[in-house]
This record gives sequence, structure tokens and C-alpha cells, in this order.
Amino acid sequence: MTRFWLPLALFAGLVVLLAAALRPAGAPAGSAAMVGQAAPALSLPRLDEPRAPMSRDDLLGKPWVLNVWASWCAPCSEELPALKALVASREVRLVGLNYKDRDAPAAAWLARHGNPYAATLVDVDGRAGLEWGVVAVPETFVIDRDGIVRFKHSGVLTEALVRERIVPLLESLGG
Amino acid sequence: MARRWLASLALWLAWSAHAAAPGPPAELEARMLALTAQMRCLVCQNDSVAHSSAPLAADLRRDVLERLQRGESDEQIVEALRRRHGDALLYRPPLSGSTALLWFGPASLLLVALAVVARVVRERRRHPPPDV
Repeated sequence: MTRFWLPLALFAGLVVLLAAALRPAGAPAGSAAMVGQAAPALSLPRLDEPRAPMSRDDLLGKPWVLNVWASWCAPCSEELPALKALVASREVRLVGLNYKDRDAPAAAWLARHGNPYAATLVDVDGRAGLEWGVVAVPETFVIDRDGIVRFKHSGVLTEALVRERIVPLLESLGG
Repeated sequence: MARRWLASLALWLAWSAHAAAPGPPAELEARMLALTAQMRCLVCQNDSVAHSSAPLAADLRRDVLERLQRGESDEQIVEALRRRHGDALLYRPPLSGSTALLWFGPASLLLVALAVVARVVRERRRHPPPDV
């Protein structure tokens, strides 16, 4: 009887293992790499206030959210309702990182869709994005009061994700 | 006539000097290509950072080159980029708890298969099937 069942059991085990590996992963490759690390420096000009550049250290002391976007990125406008819901639901500093974009279309995009950001930083050549490990826009990060990245999401943010992950996280971080 | 030739020679020299001036030393360029050949382009399937034409791969090549120009070692650069993009960046991921199955899985499967074959062979030697 073992002659029959043992190979079958081994084969079934292998099938389960391979099927688990084939299942589409919840997050794209490398997505969680930045979580737990210090937020990279951000010393960039601002789209909204060109005379008042902002750095990472200006943002210490309270949790904040960084959203990487571009006017050429179609899914970025899809996640705006979720971002607006986040800002409406609680007091949190939402900072936009305008990635590989130009100022005029970026400003026009904000005017057309409504601007949810407390500040928008300009990353013309994508160097700051690279430091943050940005692979494709949109991407969203939650940074705690000590400047440590606590959460990263690659892709479009949904209202469910904001409600179930980001808001509870901000609450636990005392934001 | 000779003056004309001289003038065009001078022009050509000036042009070639200008063309050769920008760009990093060939040695750094070669190190950069060797390093980025070990890295998976994260936005395209089955292509390395060294060979991909994706904008992100170009950014990563520039980043690696700038780090080399600042004097960082190969190990420092690979580690810095791995921290930023995760193990998925490297074709040869470092050995850790989560990658142990990746490193030892195939070899252990082979061992299991050899053990099964050895057992079957031994069994048949002891009790040869009637039709052999």
C-alpha cells in the first residue's frame, strides 16, 4: 500500500508547494524593501512654494504620508479619491513627490483634479524617487515621527486600503 | 592649400578632443556594467539593469556610476541598492531564512529523488520481478 500512497503524497506535496509559488504575490517584487529603514533625505524644491524648499527633517515629530505621482501617470488620478478621503478623515500631512514631471503639466493636473497635498516636492530627474526605491508610480509611504518608513504600497491606493491599513497605522503611530 | 589642410586638421582635433572629454573613465564604466549585470531590471522581465533600455535601468546605471566615482566599493554599492529595492534586485539573492528554500530546495529534491531510486533498486535486487 505504501508503494502507492507514498509517491502520491510526495507528488501532492510538490503540487501544493509549486501552486503556492505560482499564486500571484500580494505585492510586487521588492515592495517592502524600504519598510523599517530611515526615510531617505529629501531636499527638493516645492511646486507650490518655490521659495520654501522642504527637507525630510522638517517633517520629523509627527507621522506623515508621502505619495509619489506624476501628471503623465494615468492611475495617479484614480487614487485621488482615496487620498482626499485620507486627508478628510484625519489630520495628517500628505506630501506629494512629483516624479519625473514638468512643473507646468503638474500644476495643471493639480488644478484640474484638485490638490490633496499639503506640499508638493519636485523630483525632476527621479533621483529622490530612486533613493526611496520608487520603481513605478504611484507609490505611497507612511513615515513615523522618527523618520522611519513604516508602510509602503506600490500601485493605486484604494479607499479600502486607506481605511483598513493606513488610518489604523497612523492611529497606532499617534498621528 | 597646406594652410587649409592645417586648419581642418586643427578643427578635427578640437572636435575629437571635445567628443572624448565627457563620459566616465572606461575602467569605471566597465565596473559599473559588471555590477549592474548582476541586477535584475525591476520593471522589465528577464533583462538585467546593465542591458535594459528602461528609464529606471538607466537611472540605476547612473546611480551605480556616481557611487563608483565617489569611491564606494562594489560590496557597498550592491548592499545599498539591495536595502533600497530588496533581494528581488539581485540575480543571486543573499542566503537568509526566506531564501533558504530557493538555495537548497532543488538540491534537496534531487537528494530525495536519488534516495527513492536507490531504495527501488535495492528492493528489486532483493526481490527481482518475475518477468525480468
